[in-house]
Amino acid sequence: MAVCIAVIAKENYPLYIRSTPMENELKFHYMVHTSLDVVDEKISAMGKALVDQRELYLGLLYPTEDYKVYGFVTNSKVKLVMVVDSSNTALRDNEIRSMFRKLHNSYTDVMCNPFYNPGDRIQSRAFDNMVTSMMIQVC
Amino acid sequence: MADTVLFEFLHTEMVAELWAPDPDRGPRAQKIGLSILESMGFRVGQALGERLPQETLGFREELDVLKFLCKDLWVAVFHKQMDSLHTDHQGTYVLQDNSFPLLVPIASGLQYMEEAPKFLAFTCGLLCGALSTLGFQSLVTASVTALPACKFQVVIQKPRGPVPSLKEAL
Repeated sequence: MAVCIAVIAKENYPLYIRSTPMENELKFHYMVHTSLDVVDEKISAMGKALVDQRELYLGLLYPTEDYKVYGFVTNSKVKLVMVVDSSNTALRDNEIRSMFRKLHNSYTDVMCNPFYNPGDRIQSRAFDNMVTSMMIQVC
Repeated sequence: MADTVLFEFLHTEMVAELWAPDPDRGPRAQKIGLSILESMGFRVGQALGERLPQETLGFREELDVLKFLCKDLWVAVFHKQMDSLHTDHQGTYVLQDNSFPLLVPIASGLQYMEEAPKFLAFTCGLLCGALSTLGFQSLVTASVTALPACKFQVVIQKPRGPVPSLKEAL
C-alpha cells in the first residue's frame, strides 16, 4: 500500500501527485522532488553502462527512517514515483513492480484519451480510482 | 481483417473533407487543411508513442528509436514494415516505403501524382508525434517519386543547448 504516488513529466513538473491526507502533504511533495535527482542519476548511469537494454523499473531510490521511495521511468521519460511506509515489510519487490505496471497502463490509457492534452495535469477519474485502490485506506 | 480498410476509408474522408475548396477562405484554406491533417497525425503519434513501446525496455539511442518506428509503429498502423532506412548519422534519416498502403489505391499510372502529397500529411504528423513522445523534436517531410513508393525524411532537431543549472546562473 503506497502512501504517496506521483507522476512527473519529462520536463520535471508534476502531472499528478496524491498522498494520504493524514499527514502534512508538503513533506511528501518534498520527498518526491528530492527523489527526482536520484532518478536522473540512475537514468544517466544506465545510459553510460554497456548493458544491452535499459530496465524501466528503477527500484528503491532511497530509504528514509519512515519511508521508502521507489521509481519507474517510461520510454517517454515520464517518471512514476511511489512512497511506501517502511513499517509495511510485507511488500516485496515484485508487488511494487506490479503496482508500477498498473500505474503505467493507466497512464498510457490517459495519454490515449483524445480529450487529454499531453502536458496537462491528469484529471481522469479512472486514473484517480486506480490510484485510490493502491493507497492506504485511512478512516 | 476489416481494420485496415476502416482506417483507409476514414483517412480518405479526412483528406477529402479538409482539402475541399472553401469559397470563403480561398487558396489558403488548403494549406490550413494540410496542417490540420498533420496535427491530427501528431496527436495520434503521441498516443501511439506511449502505448506501443510499453512492453519493450528503454531505447539506448536515436537509431533504436528510428528502428522502432520502422518496424513496430509501421506494423501496428499499416501492417507491414518500412522497406528501408538510410541515415547520415548526423540526425537525418530517410525512410522509404516501396508500397505505401495509403497510396496504393491511386497508384496505377501517373494520373494522380499531384494528389499524392496530401495523403502523406497525416503520416508525417504521425512520425513527428511518436518521435516527440520518445523525446526527439523533429521535422518530417514526405516526397513521392514513383507511386506507390514514397520517402519520409526525418530531421532530428538538436536541442538549443544545455539547460543552465542554478549554480551557473547565480
